[in-house]
Amino acid sequence: MLQYAAIILFMIGLYGLLTQRHVIKIIISLNILEMGLNIFIVSVGYFEGGLAPIFTSTNNTNALAFVDPLPQALVLTAIVIGVGTTALGLALARKIYAEYGTLNLDEMGEE
Amino acid sequence: MKHVLAFIFVIVVGGMIIYALQSNDQFTQYGDNDPRQTTSDAYINRDVRDTNQDVIFGESDDLESAPANTVTAIVADYRSFDTLGEITVLFISSLGVALLLGGVNKKRMALNYTPNFMLRVGSRALFGIILMTGIFIAVHGHLTPGGGFPGGTMIASSVLLLYLADDQFRTKVTGFKLLESFAGMTYVIIGLVGLFIGGYFLENFLPTGTLGNLFSAGIIPIIYVLIGLKVGSEITGIIDNFLTEEAL
Repeated sequence: MLQYAAIILFMIGLYGLLTQRHVIKIIISLNILEMGLNIFIVSVGYFEGGLAPIFTSTNNTNALAFVDPLPQALVLTAIVIGVGTTALGLALARKIYAEYGTLNLDEMGEE
Repeated sequence: MKHVLAFIFVIVVGGMIIYALQSNDQFTQYGDNDPRQTTSDAYINRDVRDTNQDVIFGESDDLESAPANTVTAIVADYRSFDTLGEITVLFISSLGVALLLGGVNKKRMALNYTPNFMLRVGSRALFGIILMTGIFIAVHGHLTPGGGFPGGTMIASSVLLLYLADDQFRTKVTGFKLLESFAGMTYVIIGLVGLFIGGYFLENFLPTGTLGNLFSAGIIPIIYVLIGLKVGSEITGIIDNFLTEEAL
């Protein structure tokens, strides 16, 4: 069921991207969309009763049922790149505000 | 009208995704995944090169990849070249932020309150604790959850705390740029040394030791600490660019 929740988060983010006209709200929508996709990718690797894929003194052999570590590694990459795009988007938003005095796309250029 | 059209479009896209997932036999439903049938089996057993060795915590010696955390084994060993590209993306985005917001003769933004003595001293005490936790997480990235990326972010968050709690504080930007260049350069040099010694870029050329020890896994803890330093200094640079403005 978690996968459908992730797809609903993705849909909320897409709806926000299509309807919002405020730059900060567009960036927040992009982040919600990205979180939905990240939760979806991590949930693909899960199965009932799976352990976290880390060897410890109690979970100590490779015969145990570990969950799939590959989606988690891919999501680690995706989160970092998401941080980079969000920082760049917010820097652009600050530059837009310094130029036009507003963050709303409809009010720009009207003077 | 725009909202209704957007709503219908989103519902159609979401419905198509859910329909495609449900009618596809290749896609494993939630909770039914079996890593033993996929590539991940080789990552968990550490036998990508068909070594067929048992992996036991605290006993196994000389595995092909010896971090106890399998996600670290993928991120910093099997897919290390991918991680090099990833920190390059973060570097380029911090360069972009510096290009958009940077400039000469910048001074930090004024706070709209005056921090009192308790706030300044308390934030200095917390700064040390947060910084040490970040370094701990980066150093133990091959044994515990976490690693270079969360550790670096915690280092940057300790600097952000000082920015918010002290109206005189300003980081030494040049020092962080030097640290970032050093970390990135050392990562590539370690990769090139692996190319000359082992024949592959980023080949693990140090002895991998016993699984579960702090001094184990060869070059992986070194690489993860370097990633932590690089991510920490990059995000600190981004924070510095956001919290400064051109002097008028």
